[in-house]
Amino acid sequence: MDRQAPWWASESVWRKTAIWVTAIMLVVLIFLTFDTVAKITAGGSRVPDYSVINQRIYYRMQQPRGYQIPMIGNSAPLFGQHLSEEEAEALVTLGKLTVQAKNCMNCHTLLGNGAYYAPDLTKSWLDPGWIAESVREQLMTDFLMDPTANARTFGTDRRMPHLGITETEARGVIAFLKWMSSIDTNGFPAEFSAIRQEGDL
Amino acid sequence: MSTGVSNLADLSGGQRLAIKYFIGAMVLFLAQILFGILAGLQFVYPELLYNVLDFNVNRMVHINAMIIWLLFGFIGSVYWLIEDEAGTELVGLKLANLNFWILSSAVAVVVVVYLFVQVGPGTVASIWLINEGREYIEAPRWADIGIVVCVLIFFYNVAATFMKGRWSGISGVLVLDLIALAGIYLAGTFYSTNISIDQYWWWWVIHLWVEATWEVLVGCIMAWGLIKTLGTSRHIVTTWLYIEVAMMLGAGILGLGHHYFWIGTPEYWLGIGGFFSALEPIPLVAMVVHAVYDAGRHGFRSSNHPALAWFIAHAFGNFFGAGVWGFMHTLPQINLYTHGTQWTSSHGHLAFFGAYATINIAMIYMVLQKWRGNVRMSGQLVDRGWKWKWSLALLNVGVLGMTMALLIAGYEQSFIERAAGGSTWSAYFEAQSHPWFVQAMVWRNFFGYITGIGVVLLFWDFLTIGRGERIVAQRPEVGELQTREGLLRPEA
Repeated sequence: MDRQAPWWASESVWRKTAIWVTAIMLVVLIFLTFDTVAKITAGGSRVPDYSVINQRIYYRMQQPRGYQIPMIGNSAPLFGQHLSEEEAEALVTLGKLTVQAKNCMNCHTLLGNGAYYAPDLTKSWLDPGWIAESVREQLMTDFLMDPTANARTFGTDRRMPHLGITETEARGVIAFLKWMSSIDTNGFPAEFSAIRQEGDL
Repeated sequence: MSTGVSNLADLSGGQRLAIKYFIGAMVLFLAQILFGILAGLQFVYPELLYNVLDFNVNRMVHINAMIIWLLFGFIGSVYWLIEDEAGTELVGLKLANLNFWILSSAVAVVVVVYLFVQVGPGTVASIWLINEGREYIEAPRWADIGIVVCVLIFFYNVAATFMKGRWSGISGVLVLDLIALAGIYLAGTFYSTNISIDQYWWWWVIHLWVEATWEVLVGCIMAWGLIKTLGTSRHIVTTWLYIEVAMMLGAGILGLGHHYFWIGTPEYWLGIGGFFSALEPIPLVAMVVHAVYDAGRHGFRSSNHPALAWFIAHAFGNFFGAGVWGFMHTLPQINLYTHGTQWTSSHGHLAFFGAYATINIAMIYMVLQKWRGNVRMSGQLVDRGWKWKWSLALLNVGVLGMTMALLIAGYEQSFIERAAGGSTWSAYFEAQSHPWFVQAMVWRNFFGYITGIGVVLLFWDFLTIGRGERIVAQRPEVGELQTREGLLRPEA
């Protein structure tokens, strides 16, 4: 132990290295955070305004990126009501608060994060399980308000529990899900095949 | 001091406080296992406790009990080693004790509300009072504020004690790390309607805790542990600690990017996250080399065999669970198919156990040795140490078994639900009801029971090890080395 350690194995060199490496990485992270937050703020280049719920959302292959991304289509107001940006934000906010208060994330995943007991919700607004555009909103509302009676189990026994979601909350959740489906997620979830909507080929 | 008898009077104030934290940690560890088993059973029997104690509640308690018991264990470990490391008594002991009771009561209230209120209406009040609904940091906002206050008090105790006593490389890293740990938590304490913004900051807490600040914290505990169990020289462990910090934070801070592939964040994160997170296993390899090399260099002569065994289990568990299992699905080209499947769950089980549960258990064995009057806990224990050996084996086999079962389920989901099925709800349920998935879940439960038995045996060992032993531990001398010529003792 009394041998002199070479410079590259000395305590002081590694102490300084640890401090500098950490500081540099933190600075880079902070710089990237400013750039990212600007791009993912609602209305930024990757996350649309909340009033996108007034329009049809498609999920289409985009080249040269090589994966599907959301495309904003023509007018298709949610529940037949065209909302201003403020009204849309209020409705999506009610939905997001409901999603948190009902602890959805400990069964479902949102943007792929959460638990794995129930399907991912990222593009659930576009899921072909809702059969057709004409019945989708009603089916979703009924399901959320009474998931025990209107269970959608796809042949399994796994049912969503009854969470006491009111009709207003259900509409908020659906608005939130529709808005979330318009986020550019770099092609996640993979190979997704969306519901057929008006304007689809 | 009487050997082989538990006597709190032999311990200092800080050490007695540490024991309180470890007892709290063990209660929560048991809760974690029980609610984990319930949630695991619901995968196989979905009607079990349906609309009574649903999966989301069980799973939330399962992961929250884990986070809090690990934190309790870390806090206990720091209170245990601080007086030895600082060379003085703990500053603010009364406040620290009060802090323990406030924190424990808050945890109890949060869990009772989780279990009996479960969910609330879609209002801000629900998030403040019942459940924040964000994985891992579900604790309602009032508890967030409480946690920050408690952590600040803890920080005061720690920093003030080192300031009064002496500083070392280990304590310097530890104190800076605690500042980061508390500061980062604040990133998870505000509401955002925008799910992309929400998850951006949420990952600051989750990732920068478990893949950065927690890793550094266990690096400090490990450094102290190796000095104590093996007599490794302080100079060597401190240098290694700096190397680990440099590599851990060098890779881990931007490794955060592997959580920013699919949440709406820009494409540059695919490259940054993929590259830096691929480097994340390197410091974990270094930790294994460090621990095993030191143990070998000292001829595995340790003052505390169970603790050393769990320290080694930590080194390997951290490397395989966090390092290898993380690396396997960290590149975006793979992660696109594995993200949000049982792959994550497989990685989570082995990583949290391997990196963090193990080292807390090791510290508890260090504590028990002193509590029972510095009793010998090396070879030739009274009952050949069968309880600690079997619980070590059962826990490791149990968690590894769950990890493998979940990995198979994850593979199956990636192929059937994602690649072939098109990631729809129908594809999800097709994958969930496929025999490969169902069998994996049955095996996961089987290994969950093995883990549970291991925990019971571990607790039994905690209650009995060293009792009745009359021989005092031989403390390894610092600098003592095993060489070809035999044991080399440092010159006096």
